[in-house]
Order: sequence, then structure tokens, then C-alpha cells
Amino acid sequence: MKSYIKGLSYYLPETVLGNGELASLFPEWSVEKIEKKLGIKERHIAASDQTASDLAFNAAKKLFAEYDINPGDIDFLIFCTQSPDYILPTTACILQERLGLKTGIGAYDLNLGCSGFVYGLLNAKLLIESAVANNVLLLTAETYTKYIHPKDKSNRTIFADGAAACLVGKDGFAEIGNFTMGTDGKGAENLIVRSGGARHKAPMDDLIINEFGNPMSGDYIFMDGPEILNYTLARIPEMVSDVLRKNDMTMDDIDLHVYHQANAYIAKLQRKKLRIPEDKYYCCFEHCGNTVSSTIPIALKEAIKDGSIMQGSVVMSVAQGLGYSWGGFILKF
Amino acid sequence: MDLNEFITAFAGEFEETDSSVFTPQTKYKDLEEWGSLTALSIITMVDAEIGKTLTGADLRACDTIEQLYILIQNK
Repeated sequence: MKSYIKGLSYYLPETVLGNGELASLFPEWSVEKIEKKLGIKERHIAASDQTASDLAFNAAKKLFAEYDINPGDIDFLIFCTQSPDYILPTTACILQERLGLKTGIGAYDLNLGCSGFVYGLLNAKLLIESAVANNVLLLTAETYTKYIHPKDKSNRTIFADGAAACLVGKDGFAEIGNFTMGTDGKGAENLIVRSGGARHKAPMDDLIINEFGNPMSGDYIFMDGPEILNYTLARIPEMVSDVLRKNDMTMDDIDLHVYHQANAYIAKLQRKKLRIPEDKYYCCFEHCGNTVSSTIPIALKEAIKDGSIMQGSVVMSVAQGLGYSWGGFILKF
Repeated sequence: MDLNEFITAFAGEFEETDSSVFTPQTKYKDLEEWGSLTALSIITMVDAEIGKTLTGADLRACDTIEQLYILIQNK
């Protein structure tokens, strides 16, 4: 049995943080510099009372409306987030009720960052192909901006909030091919929020300013930029080769590369490292920034809308995320 | 890559700082343009041009461009 994507929608919160505002907050930044270096013009930011599950709810509602989906036909729900409503219970259970889905279905949360959509899609594929479910609703949503220190120039410039909804079933417009997966927990310390979980439940109150003038604290997102960059550079060639191998393809078979959308800086590095021509590498961060686990579905949706993906297109998607956790897959449209 | 070529490549990663500023003794962290993005650019340049992995700790450990060059040579 094969599995397919049969619907894709996304939702971005209303509030927009533009480069002008960032440049006024951080005088060493300029509108031109941010845009030139990172290719991001604006990011959408969740309201103070808006959680990732609220964003996911809106994305799912858009999906139902856009593809005329009866919520009663959904028979499995996967919700990928690292910003759950509560420590417990599972946010997917709350969403099952809120979205009016049947009670006789499975629902669980998937806790992964930028690699989350890849793992969610693999889970959905396995549920369809093993005949456990007929219509899997995969929701990805993140509100990393709530974890970022207000004076953290780097992370505030890169990350944004958003959600995506993807329906996977036995038919649809994009056949889901084979996957590669990878994990290296040695990288866990390099992108981390230390407090709030069971290891350090109480706030750490350990704020310092690093050598680049950025605040660092266990109570907020910490990203070791150089380490994350080296991880990106070191892992991506083998990851891409493995996706090709597992799908019995070569680079020439790929019509469009729709990767996790970090920013223009990383995009350029990936293209150069993998020798991908510019017209085959899709970029979609200008108006939404890095929405973590939702970047690939948002980019796929935009690529379909603007004609970059057409019927017959073969698309490769890969993502490298915190953990470290990475993965990739092929879609045949 | 010899030291002079390294200095030229190092200077090439800066957009606002005149190339005449860069010498073996330049304390790169004192340059006004030095920041997290320029640090990433140096790491990328070393990966692409020399094929070696430079870490954030390496950049923190050195003061001058020459010290960094020697550290890379010893990797």
C-alpha cells in the first residue's frame, strides 16, 4: 500500500515583527543587513494568550475548509510541538476534542524541533501503510518566540511562530516515498531551553551576556551558532545521499529541493555544499522566518501555489534540528 | 593556504571593514564588524577553503588572526 499527502494548509498569527522594529531595538542591526544576510523580512508572532495548539487549531480549520474535509473522517491525530499547552495531559488529546474529531481514534504529541515534520510524516505514512488508519491529520505548531529572551537579537531575528496542517491518506496529490532518519544526542546542549522540564523545574536565573552581546540563560532558548552551523555542514551531504539511496534516485531525478527553511544564510551554504542550482532550491522564509517544524509544509504549500511544484514533480525535503535529530524524504507529485 | 592567503580570505568575509585593517596581529574580536554572523562566515570559509572544522571555542581561544591560522594548521 502507498500513502499520499491529500491536503496542506498553514496558519500564521496576526502580529508581525518586521526588520524595522528589530533594527530600532538593536541599533547594530539595519533593515538592509538583516534582509541581505538572512533573507527574512518579517516574522509572525503568537499573541501572549495564544498557544501552539491555538495556531494548530486554526491551521486544521483552514485545511478542513480548503479541502472540504469532514473532521469525522480523521482517524488519527499527530501533533508535533515543543510548546505544549501543559506538562500534561497530551495536547493532541485537547485538540481532538476541540476539532470535533471522533473519540475512537489515536492521538499523540511528537516532541521534535525542525525535524518534526519529517518524523510526523513518517509516522503518518506508517499508520496508513500498515492499515491502522485511513486519514491521518498531522499538525505542526510552534511558539518558540515565547522561549526567546527579549534582548536576544540573533534568535528574535531568525525564529517565528506558525502552524501547519497536513492530511495523509491512501490517495492524494503527493506520493510519500522513503525516508532517512538520524539522531545524535551529543548535540543536545547546543540548542536548548534548560529550565522548565523535570531536570531543572525552577527558573535558573543565570543570565549572562556572551561575547557577541547576546543574553544567555537556561531560562531561554540557547543556540550555539557555530556548533549548529558545523552540524549543518557536516551532516547534510550524507543525509541527502541517503535519501537518494533509499529512493533509488540520483540528484538529477530531483526537480525541486524543499528543505527546512532556516534562513538565506543557511540556504546558500546548503546549495553550495550540495551543488544545487539556485532554481532547484526553494526558499520560503521572507515573510514567515523559521517556524521550526512547520517550515517544510509551509514551503511545500507555497511552492504548489506559485507553480514551482507541478504534477509530476519529484521533491526532496530534508531537515536538521535540535537534539540533534534529522531526517528526509521524497515526494512524487 | 599560507598566512597571507588566509588573511585575505579572512578579510573577504567582512563587508564593512577595509581590507588594509587585516594583518597577522589584528585582534579580530575587537573589530567593530565582528559578531555572531561574521564568526559563522569564518567557520564556513575555513570549511570550504581549508576543509577543516573550526568551532566557536577555537574562535574564543585565539586573539589574533595569526593565532587562529596556527590553530587551524595544527588541526
